[in-house]
Amino acid sequence: MTADRPASKDLILLSHGEGGKRTRDLIEGVIARHFANPVLSPFLDSGLLGRIDGEIAFTADGHVVTPPFFPGGDIGRLAVCGTVNDLAVCGAKGIAISCGLVLEEGTPIETLDRALASMRAAADEADVLVACGDTKVVEKGKGDGIFISTAGVGVLVDGWRPAPDAVRPGDRIILTGTMGDHYVAVLIARQKLSLSAPVLSDMAPLGDMILPLLKQFGMAVRFMRDPTRGGVGVTLNEMASSTKTRFVLSEEFLPVRESVRGVCEILGFDPLYLANEGKALLIVAPEAAQDVLAALRRHPLGKEAAIVGEAQEGTPGVRMQTLAGGLRAVDYPAGDQLPRIC
Amino acid sequence: MKYVDEFRDPAAARALVEKIKRDAGDTPMRLMEVCGTHTASISRNGLRSLLADAVSLVSGPGCPVCVTPDGYVDAAIELGHKPDVTLTSFGDMLRVPGKNSTLEKERAAGADVRIVYSPLDAVELAASTKDRQIVFLGVGFETTAPTIGGAIKAASERGLRNFSVLSSVRTIPEAMALLAQDPEIQIQGFLCPGHVSVIIGTTPYRFLAEKYGIPCAICGFEPLDILLGISMLQRQRKDGAARVDNAYPRGVSPEGNRKAREMTMEIFEPRDTEWRGIGEIRGSGLRIRDRYAEFDAEKKLGVSVAFSRASTPCRCGDILKGKILPTDCPLFGKTCVPQEPVGPCMVSTEGTCAAYYKYGGIAL
Repeated sequence: MTADRPASKDLILLSHGEGGKRTRDLIEGVIARHFANPVLSPFLDSGLLGRIDGEIAFTADGHVVTPPFFPGGDIGRLAVCGTVNDLAVCGAKGIAISCGLVLEEGTPIETLDRALASMRAAADEADVLVACGDTKVVEKGKGDGIFISTAGVGVLVDGWRPAPDAVRPGDRIILTGTMGDHYVAVLIARQKLSLSAPVLSDMAPLGDMILPLLKQFGMAVRFMRDPTRGGVGVTLNEMASSTKTRFVLSEEFLPVRESVRGVCEILGFDPLYLANEGKALLIVAPEAAQDVLAALRRHPLGKEAAIVGEAQEGTPGVRMQTLAGGLRAVDYPAGDQLPRIC
Repeated sequence: MKYVDEFRDPAAARALVEKIKRDAGDTPMRLMEVCGTHTASISRNGLRSLLADAVSLVSGPGCPVCVTPDGYVDAAIELGHKPDVTLTSFGDMLRVPGKNSTLEKERAAGADVRIVYSPLDAVELAASTKDRQIVFLGVGFETTAPTIGGAIKAASERGLRNFSVLSSVRTIPEAMALLAQDPEIQIQGFLCPGHVSVIIGTTPYRFLAEKYGIPCAICGFEPLDILLGISMLQRQRKDGAARVDNAYPRGVSPEGNRKAREMTMEIFEPRDTEWRGIGEIRGSGLRIRDRYAEFDAEKKLGVSVAFSRASTPCRCGDILKGKILPTDCPLFGKTCVPQEPVGPCMVSTEGTCAAYYKYGGIAL
């Protein structure tokens, strides 16, 4: 039996999620078209991954961005990058991810089609399979177009494990590039601000850049995180709590794109707390720091990598050496940053 | 970034810091930064700890959200419960506590409250949502007043009958006069607000120097702007003088922005108004003139801003007056934190308590 492929001008209907013929048409006509691969295509209730050699990492992620398409990325690419990057910063190369779709009634099929095409392209770029999936439709008003929830399985680089306990005073903090690009790109795409700036989201799969470092430098790379929601400020605070370490950033060396700084100046935002989708924070032993930095900078995604601070003796937490020469705390923000009045 | 980077230059900043330390003498000057943006910048740049031995910096009442009384929040909440009213507001008003609730909590409970980035966004909303009354929560100082006035004028010209403003606009020099006379505070110099001065110019501060003998320096918001302002105040003390220096000439001219002031005065007129924690200050508020009464939410929709009766252990009032530091308040960092603010100084990023909480005070 051949599926009636829904036309791209069609809209998602509640019946697309009810398990009948329309569901099958949607899966075969739209979803499978993008994700055809030997694991997914038999359409069993699970994707069979076969035997995997090595230590396994497993992660989950949910993606709810508005609007779904913005300069430099979209929700499909975000779903892949977010998932494989969570694996990569734990030292794991992504093998397979799942794709759970929650679609809102009335969403154009074309929107889904574009998001899935992008998801496939990103999966190819990250060399990961979309191995299983699920599709549900919610009534109009109960969703926001498309939600994608993912899980991911990866295999750790042999002999490497995240070692937060190994962090010592003197270790360097390396950030692989500029802060806040993703957040500002999405903010501008929302078009609620009469602002324009040539900012692209930085979303990219990081494995190709950071995993080879683990083979080359081993445990001199103590541990890594990707500073997504909450940005470098929040992620580093979490790292400080988990390692009971004092991290001191140097404002002077924190990379921020000129256009992002401009937007932040106008709105009173601190780029330190803005989300990134293609950056990693690495804590590296001091003797290896310059070599790790040089290796990062040779990769296209790491050209603007910088040593932005170090671990020090003293009260755990995050501090910043400011441009003016002062010292200040870098704490968790209370909720979302709000544009100031004056 | 032009006009920003020059004023963050680390080498120049270090040189100025050294000069301020050299000029500190035996008794550090007690200076008030009036403006909330200064408070935040001083903390964010770590100047408070850097200059701890050289000057004593106390924070003043120049955070609009912080000085908005709970009676105003209660009036806004009352409006928000009218079935045909949509409230529009700058984001940081949402967590400001009224007597029993906040706009954030009321929104979760069903009130229609929307964050806008400009009063003109609220006018656009009124134009596209004719079946609802759109009320803008007009909170701010001389800086925000012209835009709020401009929004009212635009609504008037477009004949919009469903737009109004609940005004809580205030003017700064009147509050500074009150602080200048308070024997408990003993201010030895004012760092005058840069944004406000762009509009009002340098003259409105002259009486502070001439009548009360308090040195004034208008400064911008980058580290070098603030350091230069502090150094100018030290210089005035050394000269035995009190005048109004301008450390922000790239933004502030002696006469200010006449056009913006005209816009404000076309729509608003002075009135006595309450400042949270400080009390009523004569002539320090702006109310909407009678000829624009149809855009005045108080008159049009029949609410009134009651005088606060709140008495909580919160010491925002003393903090806003510079009498105590946030860390002296018994609630600070315990029951009063940015996630659950008891007092408004903990709400806004410009609030003194929030700045101390977020960036640390002197001990780090």
